Amino acid sequence: MNARDDAALNRPSHAPALWRDLRRFTDARVGLGRAGTAVPTAAHLDFQEAHARARDAVWSALDVPALAAAIGLPVTLVHSSAPDRRTYLLRPDLGRRLADGVTLPHAPGSVALVVADGLCAIGVQRHAPAVLQRLLPMLPLPAGPVVIAEQARVALGDDIAERIGAAAVVVMIGERPGLSTTDSLGLYITWAPRRGRTDAERNCISNVRPGGMGYDDAAAKAAWLLRAAQGLGATGVALKDEMPATALPAP
Amino acid sequence: MPFTQTIGGTRFVFDDLKTLLARATPLRSGDALAGVAAESAAERIAAQRALADLPLAHFLNETVIPYEADEVTRLIIDRHDAASFAPVRHLTVGGFRDWLLAADPAAVTALAPGLMPEMAAAVSKIMRVADLIQVAAKCRVVTRFRNTIGLPGTLSIRLQPNHPTDDPHGIAAGVLDGLLLGAGDAVIGINPATDNVEAVMRVLDMLDRVRDRYEIPTQTCVLSHVTTTMLAMERGAPVDLVFQSIGGTEATNTSFGVSLSVLKEAREQALALGRGTLGDNVMYFETGQGSALSAEAHHGVDQQTIEARAYAVAREFAPLLVNTVVGFIGPEYLFDGKQILRAGLEDHCCGKLLGLPMGVDVCYTNHAEADQDDMDTLLTCLAVAGVTYVMGVPGADDVMLAYQSTSFHDGLTARAMLGKRAAPEFEAWLARMGIGLDAEHIPARLSPALIGLA
Repeated sequence: MNARDDAALNRPSHAPALWRDLRRFTDARVGLGRAGTAVPTAAHLDFQEAHARARDAVWSALDVPALAAAIGLPVTLVHSSAPDRRTYLLRPDLGRRLADGVTLPHAPGSVALVVADGLCAIGVQRHAPAVLQRLLPMLPLPAGPVVIAEQARVALGDDIAERIGAAAVVVMIGERPGLSTTDSLGLYITWAPRRGRTDAERNCISNVRPGGMGYDDAAAKAAWLLRAAQGLGATGVALKDEMPATALPAP
Repeated sequence: MPFTQTIGGTRFVFDDLKTLLARATPLRSGDALAGVAAESAAERIAAQRALADLPLAHFLNETVIPYEADEVTRLIIDRHDAASFAPVRHLTVGGFRDWLLAADPAAVTALAPGLMPEMAAAVSKIMRVADLIQVAAKCRVVTRFRNTIGLPGTLSIRLQPNHPTDDPHGIAAGVLDGLLLGAGDAVIGINPATDNVEAVMRVLDMLDRVRDRYEIPTQTCVLSHVTTTMLAMERGAPVDLVFQSIGGTEATNTSFGVSLSVLKEAREQALALGRGTLGDNVMYFETGQGSALSAEAHHGVDQQTIEARAYAVAREFAPLLVNTVVGFIGPEYLFDGKQILRAGLEDHCCGKLLGLPMGVDVCYTNHAEADQDDMDTLLTCLAVAGVTYVMGVPGADDVMLAYQSTSFHDGLTARAMLGKRAAPEFEAWLARMGIGLDAEHIPARLSPALIGLA
């Protein structure tokens, strides 16, 4: 440690004076400096490397046996009508429909739980089992079957839940990979799910990952939204997320 | 009434106006997904020739979505200004392209209330990129809230310091970083991580405090759903601009949870706050090709024509800012850099022709076939076209929305390369604060401690 660092640490409050000091407040690419008006070489190459990783992440796939083992409950595996990744990217309509010949258990009045790859499987693989484990004991209705879905869009949950006869569906799905984040999980909650529901009829919890929203908070918020949806008989723009901060359980 | 065109001995028939428009549209994945695109290059040029021969006045008599079925169509028809349309009333779509390329800026600008969005979309379909740039550059649109946006020779930047958990320190650091690079004259606008009204109000308070402490002549916005913003206003939050995503059909807007009457109510609520010092443009809208198809609300109309119809919704509410988020929606609508480039320039040109303060979020997602080189190309073309504003995101990487937009550096570069300036009030503020003189130290007047960074 040099003398300057030492002095900084001994100061009770160290107000930033240099541009690059801003970096300690956020993971965003602040304080990069500049080369003329452009980004300096090192920062430019950092960006290109992150983009290369994100491009590869789009093509990641679920390791279904490992995911099922981590969930530790009986699971049903389904595919959407999109046969492969390229078709999935170009044809979202196919990602919203189940493939032909799928049979699902019937569980009327339950909360269907769908674990789906979405646009990046990495975060689903890492975080969905932990969120599911915390959410299950907090559900206001009986838990329905756990369904793992491949090449899936959010609305595939409507098709799945309608066949199950579920009162609501929670879709845990991989979000679009970003440069800083390739493991972000989203939770979409839909009351009275059936084919043809629009996105305005869902509530969303996004950025579930380390550094984003934690597992406990995500599960608590999902449970709160489900209870509120049960009271209101609807999700979406009609259901305002007014969960007070104090309703979160202590970590 | 069907339209016909013969190309190389093959006769093509287009059943109605919306089919003609769709088949004439330069290729993009979203129209192929919707099943409305031309099936061959020959069919596309046949449709473009037939469209070029169509009298502009035809659009007054045939709608792409029935008047009875859609409140956006009703708005378009009911608001059409015949007097402003008179100078081009006698022209065909092809003749209109020639007229636009030859006309002086004042004549093009004056046309806006007389143009229906479908007319703008139609002429853009037979334009090249250079035409889209040149025609857009003729349009003058100036709006005001706490500063003046859109004056000739200016390029404004929305400072977009998003944070994955709306952490106030993280947001403040992003704001300061952007200000140090000259961004923020369009708006300092946050996409919130949640639509929770308490959380939205905390960010609104925080942004207003930063603006107040540094005495920045600009406006702030939290881009929550319009109904959340209305609730925040009722509870006394400092709302400068009301934001909403909008689309070009009633059903698209329903999928967004809005209607013309909700937008009208929200605007009146914001106007009543009287927070603008130079003007009362209190609305901020975002749009983007593909949203109608995504909501299965496109009525068989191509995505670019529907996008232009969204601008009719926007102009009804005299917005301060409107931008297309051109590459955000993904490769199923705009597959690659080439499609994104053209769509961005079409959206900008049509928005300007219809009288909007049109900006563009020059952006792409990681599942699109695009990269920074494509964005540099689009930004440069847009800056030449006189785009009203673009986004400024730290290092071009939005850590909350997980997509790439333009960086603060990109905005600075575009201004420097083309001799563009910030909004005048904001430019004076930058000079007053000593911004841009030192690439390492933060000027004393922008002390981070003033905004809670210590």
